[in-house]
Amino acid sequence: MVLRLLHRAMVFVLSVLAASVLVFAFMRVLPGDPARVALGINASEASVAALREQFGLDRPVVVQYLDWMRGMLTLDPGIEFISKAAIGPQIADRLQVTLILVTTSMIFAVLVAVPVGIWMAVRHRHADGVVMSAASQVGVAIPAFLAGIVLISVFAVRLRWVPSGGWAVPAQDPVGFLQRLVLPSIALAGVQAAVLARYVRSAVLDVLREDYLRTARAKGLRPVQALWRHGLRNAAVPVVTVLGLQLATLLVGAVVIERVFVIPGLGSLLLDSVAQREILTVQTVVMVLVVATLLITFLVDALYLVIDPRLRTGSR
Amino acid sequence: MSRAGDRTVLAVEGLDVGTGHTPLLHDVSFAIARGERVGLIGESGSGKSLTALAVMGLLGEGLHARGDVRLSGRTPATRNLLEVGEREMARLRGDAVSMVFQEPMTALNPTMRVGAQVAEVMRIHGTRDTAGARARAVELLDQVGLPDPAHLARSYPHELSGGQRQRVVLAIALANDPALLICDEPTTALDVTVQATVLDLVVRGVQEREAAMLFITHDLAVVATVCERVLVMYGGRIVEAGPVGEVFADPRHRYTQGLIGASDLTGEQGRRGRGALPTIPGTVPPAGRFPDGCVFRSRCAHATDECGTPPGWTPRGGADGRGSAPDEAEEQAGSAPGEAGRAAGYACFHPAGDAA
Repeated sequence: MVLRLLHRAMVFVLSVLAASVLVFAFMRVLPGDPARVALGINASEASVAALREQFGLDRPVVVQYLDWMRGMLTLDPGIEFISKAAIGPQIADRLQVTLILVTTSMIFAVLVAVPVGIWMAVRHRHADGVVMSAASQVGVAIPAFLAGIVLISVFAVRLRWVPSGGWAVPAQDPVGFLQRLVLPSIALAGVQAAVLARYVRSAVLDVLREDYLRTARAKGLRPVQALWRHGLRNAAVPVVTVLGLQLATLLVGAVVIERVFVIPGLGSLLLDSVAQREILTVQTVVMVLVVATLLITFLVDALYLVIDPRLRTGSR
Repeated sequence: MSRAGDRTVLAVEGLDVGTGHTPLLHDVSFAIARGERVGLIGESGSGKSLTALAVMGLLGEGLHARGDVRLSGRTPATRNLLEVGEREMARLRGDAVSMVFQEPMTALNPTMRVGAQVAEVMRIHGTRDTAGARARAVELLDQVGLPDPAHLARSYPHELSGGQRQRVVLAIALANDPALLICDEPTTALDVTVQATVLDLVVRGVQEREAAMLFITHDLAVVATVCERVLVMYGGRIVEAGPVGEVFADPRHRYTQGLIGASDLTGEQGRRGRGALPTIPGTVPPAGRFPDGCVFRSRCAHATDECGTPPGWTPRGGADGRGSAPDEAEEQAGSAPGEAGRAAGYACFHPAGDAA
């Protein structure tokens, strides 16, 4: 099992390295000279060349790449071309906001989806189970931004319970922070919960057909007890997989909701940086996202091993 | 009312099982006494497993059972098990009555240690405390012949072979010393080499506890070695019953005769033609598509018009001798052809053997 984890960790490191090369190379071949964009079309060739030199864009590509890698490892990838602001702290701030938003919405989604999914599976032959299943199908089809707009118009505009958007630093204004967190989290959680609930449903349905659940009943457990003690852990593997995928998708996917609610998240930073040809910021944000995604995959893999002992043995 | 008397552990009377419109079992009646080992044979689709699941109260959704199923043994006879609620039925399952299933590879929870799965059945029924159950689980694993049981108790099912897993399932089934053990083809999925050992363990486990056993199989040789009495099932009905020796040596029902002819029980005699192996012509019809009257008549070479009406139950070697007509026999058995009445007999208008 330790070997397996080590193997996974190696794969993780290699994937990060490969991704960094790809991201770096991709940014180099994008059209548009960042120095020219920063200075405007009327700038003289000399001043553009000076800026290129200042940011090391005239050096060999390999040196630039190594410089960038060193910068990321020391958590100081450099400064922006136009604003000259340090990139590191900016990304850290934005990442924190996105992580809070995404984590909260995933917690909401899980809290709703797991019990609802189990209920839909257990009652799949009954009217209530079918109705819930149909409702979740509809839920899958509602885009998060639409849910966000509806939530804003009802709870922020009509009822005035919470602000319509913006962000507050939790340590400075905890109440304001929570007020601004609720609507976007729910908007994001809605679709995720609907999708996740459907996966929970099918995972539980599969488990309900398993022989060992009948064995559990034959031991004297009532159906719900049997599902609880013997079924849920076995149903967890496919659900954890989907959960990991959802989490990774949300890190970037939250950008739409960040726009709707005017939240300064990572996705917004990425979009703005692309528009302004801040290639250093763009490639660093992309790398952060890549590392986060790979990290989630690694954690999901590790969770498999915790959940299912069959995966621990062998070299698979 | 019969010689089985208060030694009866399981009494099934007029058990009917069906979906809303398709009848699957009809008028299944039998009794098993304390310490008695009864085989239930028949082709796939004849209703053997359904009978077991109905007794266990584990019928799938959409299946309904009617009739009377009573269990006694350690306690005075229960109420009709088909009428008690799930809560009360759950209290009996795994305790007074337990079951070994056909497929050992999937019968155990893959994410739970084997010892914990054995211990659980004792903790559910409060027969042992946590520590006691754990210790007893190791003893039980030892009793079913598993090597190094203390270490094995900490393994997961996937680390065990099929034969070992079936021993674990058996240990679970025997943990609370059930009055009745139901085995549904427990060795069918096992290698031939371990079949005999597992069968031996089943019989020994049952004998030590003086438990009653219902043993479902389609392997007649297994019935011959394990069981004392046999029930032959076809089309959701019991078509013949009796002591294993008598029924196998001298089958009465044409279906039983066909089953024995198709098995390797009869050895050289059965295949004296040295040609194709003898088989029962045709196949088991799908559920609900059995003919009315005698369910076997669509495959029976001896069927006549008479077989369009349901044949009555003829006791084997009845008072009037073997040739007694079904109608008389029914009367002889009395208004309630229960336990004793159905202990040995057959339901056929044109029986084989001496009676023909």
